[in-house]
Amino acid sequence: MIRKKAVVSINECVACGCCLKVCPRNAISIPAGIHSVIKHELCVGCGKCVKECPASVISLEVIEE
Amino acid sequence: MNRKKKWYDYLWLVSLTYLILGFFNILFAWLGLFCFFIPLLIAIINGNKAYCNKYCGRGQLFALIGGRFGLSSKKDIPKWLKSKTFRYGFLIFFLTMFCLMLWNTYLVFAGNNDLNMIVTLLWTFKLPWHWVYHGMLFSAGVAQFAFGFYSVMLTSTVLGLLTMILFKPRSWCVYCPMGTMTQLICQAKNRNTTQEN
Repeated sequence: MIRKKAVVSINECVACGCCLKVCPRNAISIPAGIHSVIKHELCVGCGKCVKECPASVISLEVIEE
Repeated sequence: MNRKKKWYDYLWLVSLTYLILGFFNILFAWLGLFCFFIPLLIAIINGNKAYCNKYCGRGQLFALIGGRFGLSSKKDIPKWLKSKTFRYGFLIFFLTMFCLMLWNTYLVFAGNNDLNMIVTLLWTFKLPWHWVYHGMLFSAGVAQFAFGFYSVMLTSTVLGLLTMILFKPRSWCVYCPMGTMTQLICQAKNRNTTQEN
């Protein structure tokens, strides 16, 4: 099955937390203040975080399951 | 957003009030030190960026004006603005100007310079701001620090508003010196923690 999932470019992420505020599934956290971590099992690929990220470092990628 | 609003979602009101108070009495500028010390303390003690993630009123203000009020073009930020070179360079520049402001404050404290009742916008434009000074119970240096600190806060707000209009609402967060500094602290503190994405 092909699904879309949000993926963060961890080297560019500034850990501002804009993404975790908009995630409808609470799939995003910033545990150590360095970069976002997205739980792929929760992500539904809605793209809200992609739109919100001020650094535009989150993208939707096609993942085969 | 599906979560219920919490008390800290209204901290943009505090940021807005702070900026307004600076037009009436400059001594309120001292309260801005909370925006400096709280994020640093959270990063040093807890090793995270909870301040940016939850409590930053300025970020919320940009999200509100740029997002809900639609004053942002919502375009992607240019690559150079989010590069590490620019972010670290801006942090160094910001800290240097901050130290210069502290030095000027010291000169007034020491009695070498007279109180300069101006707010310097974008480190260049000297705006007359004398109506906010109503005499001083303490040393004139206390007021000088307030003028200097309010200049820092107003400058960063103007820069943030500019990039909010040009790019995404919270573009300021990308190059915010406090955000960069707290991220560096977290990196140093959590060096041994492995993270998965």
